[in-house]
Amino acid sequence: MGNTVIDAHNVNKVYNPDTIPVYAINNVHLHIEEGEFTALVGPSGSGKTTLLNLIGGLDKPDQGNIVINGVDITQLSPGELIEFRLKNIGFVFQSFNLIPVLTAKENAEFIMLLQGAKKATRNERIGQLFKEIEMEDKLNSRPAQLSGGQQQRVAVARALASKPKFVLADEPTANLDSKSASNLLDIMARLNKEEKITFLFSTHDQRVIERAKRVITLVDGKITSDTAMVDTNILHAEIK
Amino acid sequence: MWLIKLAWKNLWRNKTRTLITMAAVFFAVILSVIASSLKEGVFENLVKNVVSFYSGYIQVHKTGYWDEQILDNSMEKSTAVEQKLMRQKNVKGIAARLESFALASSANITKGCLVSGIEPQNENQITSLQQKIIKGQYITDNDNAVLLAQGLAERLQLNINDTIILIAQGFHGSTAAGKYPVKGIVKFGSPDLNDRTLFMPLAAAQDFFSAYGMISTYVLSLTNPDLTEKTASAIQSTTGTDYEVMTWGQMMPDVKQHIEADSNNMKYVQGVLYMLICFGIFGTILMMMVERRFEMGMLVAVGMKKGKLMFLLLFESVLTVFTGCISGIIASIPLVFLLNRYPFRMGGETAKAYERFGFEAIFPTSTDASNFIQQGLVVLVMGLVLSLYPMYRVWRLNAVAAMKR
Ligand SMILES: Nc1ncnc2c1ncn2[C@@H]1O[C@H](COP(=O)(O)OP(=O)(O)OP(=O)(O)O)[C@@H](O)[C@H]1O
Ligand SMILES: [Mg+2]
Repeated sequence: MGNTVIDAHNVNKVYNPDTIPVYAINNVHLHIEEGEFTALVGPSGSGKTTLLNLIGGLDKPDQGNIVINGVDITQLSPGELIEFRLKNIGFVFQSFNLIPVLTAKENAEFIMLLQGAKKATRNERIGQLFKEIEMEDKLNSRPAQLSGGQQQRVAVARALASKPKFVLADEPTANLDSKSASNLLDIMARLNKEEKITFLFSTHDQRVIERAKRVITLVDGKITSDTAMVDTNILHAEIK
Repeated sequence: MWLIKLAWKNLWRNKTRTLITMAAVFFAVILSVIASSLKEGVFENLVKNVVSFYSGYIQVHKTGYWDEQILDNSMEKSTAVEQKLMRQKNVKGIAARLESFALASSANITKGCLVSGIEPQNENQITSLQQKIIKGQYITDNDNAVLLAQGLAERLQLNINDTIILIAQGFHGSTAAGKYPVKGIVKFGSPDLNDRTLFMPLAAAQDFFSAYGMISTYVLSLTNPDLTEKTASAIQSTTGTDYEVMTWGQMMPDVKQHIEADSNNMKYVQGVLYMLICFGIFGTILMMMVERRFEMGMLVAVGMKKGKLMFLLLFESVLTVFTGCISGIIASIPLVFLLNRYPFRMGGETAKAYERFGFEAIFPTSTDASNFIQQGLVVLVMGLVLSLYPMYRVWRLNAVAAMKR
């Protein structure tokens, strides 16, 4: 433990700098270590999506450095960034994560295909993950035949399939009913524990926030609080 | 491989759209193949009509004859030359002629006329002269009789079995005179030919003009008229500079220009057609881009290289356009052959004008394979050029912006 996965330093993002500037991210410092399970919360418009996009290398900060796994991604070219994302970061978006023409299994193994993984490796990993997300019977269903919660679980499986350094999830439960949301969180928490995958997710949902081990609150682009939740696991980890 | 599979699946994600695109390409190919083969066919048909009046596709003379068409510029009829001509693959038939001018008289009327000494059988192969007979009979090699064009016969008030008197200047300044029975009357569509032409067997003409063994012209018919120019220059290179080899276009430049202008009108039709095709295909491409914008943003976000995504889209377009093209070509083949067999027929004034010139007022299509391939390729290229647009959009794609709802 103790490996730094995300190290963001003095990050700023300003929209419309020439007209009416919006300081979407204002001087943010963020440090996340391997195995964390962190929620990013805050009111609408506080900059959660913007911050996740910056950390995920989907967007460039106007100032500051973002070091992922020892690589300063603000220095990468657009092409290198895509490659970097493919190799290091798993993404789960709020909705429409899946390619409609592919089955659940094909969607889940998509990243592995992009990485050129062998068929046997893919099959083994996907089989294992679908057990984890409790969807072994839905391997060959199309996204349209799945519920919203099931689709998000497949998206989580896809994000995890290639064992990335961490998974970014922007409001993964926003379109789900509370039962599906809690189920998705169960799965994410279990994978975090079992596979030591680092999760950073944004949410509005109080019940989701309660499941996090660390909660970072963002208001007007600034981090206003950063709390470790009472969780025996985390405490033990930190003491060690 | 999986990328190709994905492309294939994407084609069926919105069947209607894919089918619309394919259908746009399909009908585009059919229409432009028909337009193009109609254009070609009309051209070929007009040329065929014109050259089979009299000139043939190619003529060979002694060098200088065309500029000064006198008996003294005639040449010896030579088996060696004829063999050289026949050795050209594209040459279907040859006919020798001895042509010169004469004064023709009946009882008390005299008219200038063109005396054309012909080989009756060979001539008939090329200009179908026998079919133009409206009265009497066709001439044979050993006849000492003439065929009169109908207009000339009328002016001279001659009928079959009447006698015509010819006076002319013969070879090397000799005087030529003769009396011939009228064996038949032929009718030409072209007034020019109809009013002043007279045919007699070659031997009789040579005798009349005292031009023994001489001819003025070899007339050639071709298997493939498209290769007229090529064949002409091939012949020229074997016969050398003693002979001039001329195509119908060189002999009748004004007629050629006219025919080309006529068939070029089709080009405008084709231009409009191409534009419609482009709009049709582009519309479906835009639809596709709107529908898949979010997804493409998502794919780039999770780490799909833009090159791969562009390849995916290109492959989809190629499959769609190619399928449309191939099926369009296949479907157009029977259509074109049908329109060749049962051509469009004109009516009204235009038809009458055509018929006055001895043309059949029909628009057959050309069944030349090049039309199918060329038009298929044109549409294919248009489709592919248009499908560069989505690739450009992907290249410029910003994942975050694309995923904003
Ligand atoms: N492309 C953009 N151009 C201009 N302003 C933007 C853009 N994207 C975001 N913003 C602004 O930046 C601020 C932060 O937006 P962001 O989407 O990060 O908020 P958020 O916390 O994710 O909100 P929500 O909870 O509603 O998803 C907002 O004030 C927003 O209006
Ligand atoms: Mg947001």
